[in-house]
Amino acid sequence: MAETLDLSSFVERNEAGTAHMTLAVEGVGCAGCIRKIEGGLGKIPGVIDARLNFTQRRLAVDWREAEIGAADIVRALERIGYHAHPFAPARSEAEDSRQAKALLRCLAVAGFAAMNVMLLSISVWSGSDMTQETRDLFHWLSALIALPAAAYAGRPFFVSAWRAVRARNLNMDVPISVGVTLALGLSLYETATHAAHAYFDSAIMLLFFLLCGRYLDLAMRRKTRMFAGNLASFKAEFADRLDAKGEVVRVPASALSPGERVLVRPGEVIPVDGTVLSGSSEIDDSLVTGETLPRGVGAGATVYAGSMNGNGALTVVITAAGTGTLVDEVERLLLKATEAKSRNVRLADRAARLYAPVVHAAAALTAIGWLFAGASFHDAIVAAIAVLIITCPCALALAIPAVQVVAAGQLFRAGVILNCGDAIERIAEADTVVFDKTGTLTLPDPAADAAAIDPALLEHAARLALSSRHPLAVALARQARERVPYPGAIEKPGEGVRALIDGEEGRLGSAQFCGMEDGDALAGDGEASFIGFSLAGRTARIPIRQELRADAVAVTQALKARGLDLVILSGDRPAAVEPVARKLGVREWLGGLTPAAKIAAIALLKAEGRRILMVGDGLNDAPALAAAHASMSPITAAHLTQAHADALFLGAHLMPVLRAVVMARRARALMRQNLALTVIYNALAVPFAMAGMVTPLFAAFAMSGSSMLVTLNAVRARFGTPRERLDEPATNAAASARQPAGKSIGPVAGATAEGGP
Amino acid sequence: MNVLIYLVPTALLLGLTGLACFLWTLRSGQYDDLDGTAVRILSDDDLKD
Repeated sequence: MAETLDLSSFVERNEAGTAHMTLAVEGVGCAGCIRKIEGGLGKIPGVIDARLNFTQRRLAVDWREAEIGAADIVRALERIGYHAHPFAPARSEAEDSRQAKALLRCLAVAGFAAMNVMLLSISVWSGSDMTQETRDLFHWLSALIALPAAAYAGRPFFVSAWRAVRARNLNMDVPISVGVTLALGLSLYETATHAAHAYFDSAIMLLFFLLCGRYLDLAMRRKTRMFAGNLASFKAEFADRLDAKGEVVRVPASALSPGERVLVRPGEVIPVDGTVLSGSSEIDDSLVTGETLPRGVGAGATVYAGSMNGNGALTVVITAAGTGTLVDEVERLLLKATEAKSRNVRLADRAARLYAPVVHAAAALTAIGWLFAGASFHDAIVAAIAVLIITCPCALALAIPAVQVVAAGQLFRAGVILNCGDAIERIAEADTVVFDKTGTLTLPDPAADAAAIDPALLEHAARLALSSRHPLAVALARQARERVPYPGAIEKPGEGVRALIDGEEGRLGSAQFCGMEDGDALAGDGEASFIGFSLAGRTARIPIRQELRADAVAVTQALKARGLDLVILSGDRPAAVEPVARKLGVREWLGGLTPAAKIAAIALLKAEGRRILMVGDGLNDAPALAAAHASMSPITAAHLTQAHADALFLGAHLMPVLRAVVMARRARALMRQNLALTVIYNALAVPFAMAGMVTPLFAAFAMSGSSMLVTLNAVRARFGTPRERLDEPATNAAASARQPAGKSIGPVAGATAEGGP
Repeated sequence: MNVLIYLVPTALLLGLTGLACFLWTLRSGQYDDLDGTAVRILSDDDLKD
């Protein structure tokens, strides 16, 4: 079929007649790839420049529109051997990149200032024979460097602190800003009054350490977002748009708008929400509602993006987002659930809330104490500010982000992508894991039960299934070892497919079609759907079911062993949920739930005081994910669902869920250790400050020492004790062999390998 | 101590030069593709003929 590919929604044009496009490229793994791609495209007339960003696996191409089109470039890459997907950078990514550059500039300025001020400070500390004039000169020079540098490099903290104060809130940036400002102010006053001590170096070094922490945190977040962005573009669906003349143009689903008509062929994923205009088919809604039985649709029926079309072609009119009844309800529930969640307070902010009043009270007490003891007003204030400087939460501000960065990196390597920074804390706090069934505990793609049939017969049936586009046949066809369809196969829509196999007629389809009498072979018996097969007088009912992920049993056992309660909440029929729950040994389960009922079930569990980690993939799970304490979803999940999950996991296994729980718990333990370390540090250092014994030299040692201590402790998140090492179960190889190549899991698994260091 | 009059400005100037260089490398995008830069050095046809 001749079809035109329209990628114009991804192309940026400029007035000189040249165009620019960014593509996410699959399968880039070595230095040779750069040369192959850049060289290969460079030879094509019309291409001005092709530059591959190896870190991001993205290719930027510029070309002259008059000579070549965007689709030609994608095809050319295909010929070179790389799948490329047009990529529209998310706005959040551009914002992150801008922020990262700003932070790096602040970091550079703070680093420069810290080094030069320290150069002067060390001279002052070691130069006992220094005259007062020289010391003043050095202090003034320090002020000259430190004040503008702090004004520039401290902005990220000042802005955030000001925002928090205005919202009548306290975050870690408030004590930081107060500490830095007071340290600089005091030093300036001391310098002006020819005093012996100035704390310029402390203030600027504090900013330098903190900026390091911030930058690392952001860099980690950018890396996971970039990776998730690539995955999203690998998955991005294309749709066949019907224009006014009835011609078919292939466009990215993101370029479609309401009111347009889309052709959905048999066996394709429906790319949009809409209403069926013409045609009839059976569609598989399992990604949307969790229901595994196919649903018959005809003209006027509502369909949702993500459903798999069955055996008939459909013309669908796109409806505006959020007008579908289910989508509407999901969005409404989401809104409510997200509001409830924002009340969760992060560990760091909880610490800040406790910390700031205590520190400021201690400083005030110091000043009052010295005044009562008969010290001069100046000395009392100096002692009070010394308390603020020494307690300035350098270590405290690093304690949690440092662990987060290291743990997020570890999780990334284990195939878990974090969507938000405090996900680790919340996953660690969970005491109940709620699983969705379809697509989460089971694999997203159904497969035939090979154990139930004679292998030779199954192979014939699977090869015959290659000629059909019915969803059950497609599932069966993936098991064909010899991937060559039988010649001359004829498909009768709604009945089945037949062909000559070694001189005998083979039939695959409904029971009637295959000459079987025992009921309708396509009807389900609860857990599985059946497809009939007959060959040379032999008949078989082949059960097709969504199989459990290979390691589901092992993972659920391990989760239970770690003291977590397990619950299954599914939108699928109770009859289909029961066997899964039994096999996994999960006692609490509910089936046939609507999105609202799922939220209600979660609210009930919450009311019992449980903290829930929800793992789900369907559109119907999105509100439940948002309502739960923490949430995860597989990368095959619906888009909306992914957006509301705290973490995504890759691949055909459930192991990442267990890994995430184990690593999150370890990370949380380390965060608490770090908080304890900072408390100990403060308990030791504050008495010295209160006694007025803190010299700038002492402050410099204490602050950098405590910062390094918590950072080094955070690095321990990389190393698990051998007992905690989680090896993939031995069943892996078998499972991945059964997993169809090239389906949605394929590129993801490849991408995991690339994501490693 | 007269030596300070030119040593301190020299030290500061050197530091500022380093800072300016870093900001320039940042602006010209030299940190955008760190992994790519590491492997590009292995290919020897970087000069277009």
